[in-house]
Amino acid sequence: MTLQQMILLIPGIPLFAFLMLGLFSKKIPCNYAATAGTILMGVTTVLSCFVAFGYFTAFGKIDGIYQPMIPFLYHWLPLTDLLEINMGILLDPISALMLFVVSFISLMVHIYSMAYMKDESRIAVYYAFLSLFTFAMLGLVMASNIFQLYIFWELVGLSSFLLIGFYYQKPAAVRAAKKAFIVTRFADLGMLIGILIISYEGKSLDFISLIDHFTNSPQQISGTFLGIASLQWALALIFIGGAGKSALFPLHIWLPDAMEGPTPVSALIHAATMVVAGVFLIARLFPVYAIAAPDLLQGIGYVGAFTALFAALIACTQTDIKRILAYSTMSQIGYMMLALGVAGYGAESGLGFTASLFHLFTHALFKALLFLCAGAIIHFVHSNEMRDMGGLKKLMPITHLCFLIGCLAIAGIPPFAGFFSKEEILLAACQHNRMIYFVSLFTAGLTAFYMFRLYFSIFWNKPFQQHHSHHGEGGPAMMLPLIVLGIGSVSAGFIPFGKWVSSDGRPLISHFHLSFSILPVLLSLAGIAIAAFYFFEKKKTVETTVNAMGGLFRVAKGKFYIDEIYQFVTKKIIFNFIAKPAAWIDKNLIDGLVNAMGNSTVSLSNQIKGIQSGKIQMYAGIFLIGVIGLAILAIYYWN
Amino acid sequence: MTGNQIIFYLLALLTLGSAVLAVSTRHIFRAAVFLLFALMGMAGLFFWMNYAFIAAVQIVVYVGGITVLIIFSIFLTQETGEKLPQQLWSRRFIAALASFCALAFTLTQIFQHTFNASKQTAIEVSVQQIGLQMLGTNQYGYALPFELISILLLAAMIGCIVIAIRLKPTS
Amino acid sequence: MTLEPGLYHLLTISTGLFFIGVYGFLTRKNLVTMLMSIELILNSVNLNFIAFNKYLWPHRLDGVFFTLFVIAIAAAEAAVAIAIVINIYRNNRSINVEQTEEMKY
Repeated sequence: MTLQQMILLIPGIPLFAFLMLGLFSKKIPCNYAATAGTILMGVTTVLSCFVAFGYFTAFGKIDGIYQPMIPFLYHWLPLTDLLEINMGILLDPISALMLFVVSFISLMVHIYSMAYMKDESRIAVYYAFLSLFTFAMLGLVMASNIFQLYIFWELVGLSSFLLIGFYYQKPAAVRAAKKAFIVTRFADLGMLIGILIISYEGKSLDFISLIDHFTNSPQQISGTFLGIASLQWALALIFIGGAGKSALFPLHIWLPDAMEGPTPVSALIHAATMVVAGVFLIARLFPVYAIAAPDLLQGIGYVGAFTALFAALIACTQTDIKRILAYSTMSQIGYMMLALGVAGYGAESGLGFTASLFHLFTHALFKALLFLCAGAIIHFVHSNEMRDMGGLKKLMPITHLCFLIGCLAIAGIPPFAGFFSKEEILLAACQHNRMIYFVSLFTAGLTAFYMFRLYFSIFWNKPFQQHHSHHGEGGPAMMLPLIVLGIGSVSAGFIPFGKWVSSDGRPLISHFHLSFSILPVLLSLAGIAIAAFYFFEKKKTVETTVNAMGGLFRVAKGKFYIDEIYQFVTKKIIFNFIAKPAAWIDKNLIDGLVNAMGNSTVSLSNQIKGIQSGKIQMYAGIFLIGVIGLAILAIYYWN
Repeated sequence: MTGNQIIFYLLALLTLGSAVLAVSTRHIFRAAVFLLFALMGMAGLFFWMNYAFIAAVQIVVYVGGITVLIIFSIFLTQETGEKLPQQLWSRRFIAALASFCALAFTLTQIFQHTFNASKQTAIEVSVQQIGLQMLGTNQYGYALPFELISILLLAAMIGCIVIAIRLKPTS
Repeated sequence: MTLEPGLYHLLTISTGLFFIGVYGFLTRKNLVTMLMSIELILNSVNLNFIAFNKYLWPHRLDGVFFTLFVIAIAAAEAAVAIAIVINIYRNNRSINVEQTEEMKY
């Protein structure tokens, strides 16, 4: 099997699975659907690993630099000489990495869902949607031109919508799905405009030629808008699209609500793969950002840092286990964005780029682990709220161990995976921007605090109502992915990531600075200690702290009222000033015009129909007049 | 004023006068009789033109057949006694005006046209000639239309029976 | 216009008959009287044919034949029309033409 065939199969198999499961969902029995979907996903994962491994070790490196390869290109729409929309597959370090991440996490979720969604009647549809999402995400990471990426971007958004609203009988789920789709769609509008501008400037839609054009050839300012060059607008708008998908402030409002979907879906989409699509997009266009728009890149760093802090503050006050994990995801994506923001192009300054993608990789592993553990806990307790849990340490041993591993990883404790990736991010931030460094340092401490607050609340001793547990921890299908991901979270940190993924393709050897790493670790340990203190302290320390914080606590618990602001703007301003007049125009003017045309036709025909009166003599009279008229015409006017 | 002319004008007067009275009288039976007179006048005109065969056919078929048929239908629809209702005066006026204008137009066209008579010798219009030519199959024969007319008459007969038949309810 | 009766006089008579028939058709309210007007129209056509045959083509008999055929067709048509009138009378108890306006919009 050639490389091209293998690469085409990688998105092709999930697409096939989607079509089969989607079309025949009523006819196949439930367990066959799950097994079929999982097996196909397994094949895809094997192929992805093969391709990614081969790229990194065998054929990707030419002269010591990882080159982007295009193993497949289909000239889809050659519209004009300059404008050609193709469908192609681009293979370079970040796409090989993402291939592995997406298919591996998707496989874990497929296996986990076999047990978690066992009692669901629409399980075939669920697996169909999962396959659709995997297909779309794989297509997105392998897209060779920006328009194809946009197509798969929208497809990913669609599958997210379908999966969030999977329990469509719940109004909250429907609302959450709508919210996710509308917010990301709104951001994608900006992205589309950005794509159009950048392709117009770069005279091509293809990634390789766009990057080439903007980094090598001299910049001609071809147009400005409000004093800013059009290229800056384009890159900023594309970033807005990425920010919507990656839930950066202020387009983050959909991610906590997206937890209404099934927990394996949250693990796959809203933790590991889809929400990092924004990071992936910036990484894809990174040379353009770094060389042609360095100020914008710094702004991106600030946005990322602010989001990280903002989300961490909110997470400290929430009580729903999935919402805490969602805000934690938002915070970690902020980390990834800020790492890109403090990076430059080329050897040492590209540390941020490598760090961001390393964190993407490790975060995928441990966040998926955390979400799947949360799923097991929710399955056991039948509730999402922290106050209903407690003392599960003895009842769910494997889950407890895996959750602990995940928390340690996210808190950045060595030797777990999160420590290595976070340390590189902090190193890159420290080298470039002191303020971002201090913000991310503080956020690291907060991360440890709220994650361990969650951990202690779930697993340590509080009297636990026994009547919830009528079944055990969860079958082997649920435990196996947890164990695999746990092993990954432990060992992934030791991968020399910079050797393979770096901003310019050359291997980047990062050194381990012991003195530098002590400070973040100490902060994380302090965070853990404070969480333990608050949990085990018998006096009412928590309430006094909450009352002392007063307003700040209330505001953070209310998620800083961003949702309310959006509601206000939408309802009071947009609806009243834009939507209502538009509706009035549509109903009265446009509909009125069309109705008037119809009504006038009807009334005209009502008046004409009198000619067909059924009176023979009237017919004869008209006939006579017509004949005389024709005779006059024929005799006098015929030449 | 030769006798030829007098007879012609008398016949013309009879025909036209009876026609006018046929369409304007208010008694239906009188209309039928005036129609009969008009048809007889037409037959007279044919006789005057020396086309005796056609005149005879006119009398036999029209006067003896169709007028009798019309009188039968008047009887069957029991409208003999009362006066016929008349159309609105405005309608009649407009119809008369239209007819008169059309008549004037047609007559002007006719009178402005010069008809070129053929110079060939006249053929004798006798029953033998008519018969030979009608049933002849050469270039000027009318055998095919003759057959078609017979089929048409058959169809008309059957059609009349079918339309007017009153089926007795089967007990 | 000579006093001697010729083609033009015959054509005048036939045209007059034709339009008298048209007037009668447009004016009468009774179905049978409308039929009578139609017979007048057909007769005027016959007169036309014979007149043309006598004065324009005396060596041919086409006009005669057409007249014969027109008479035959007029007879058939009158018969069918009377049958229809009788049918209408059976259904409507009247042969006023204003009772036959059902086939309208």
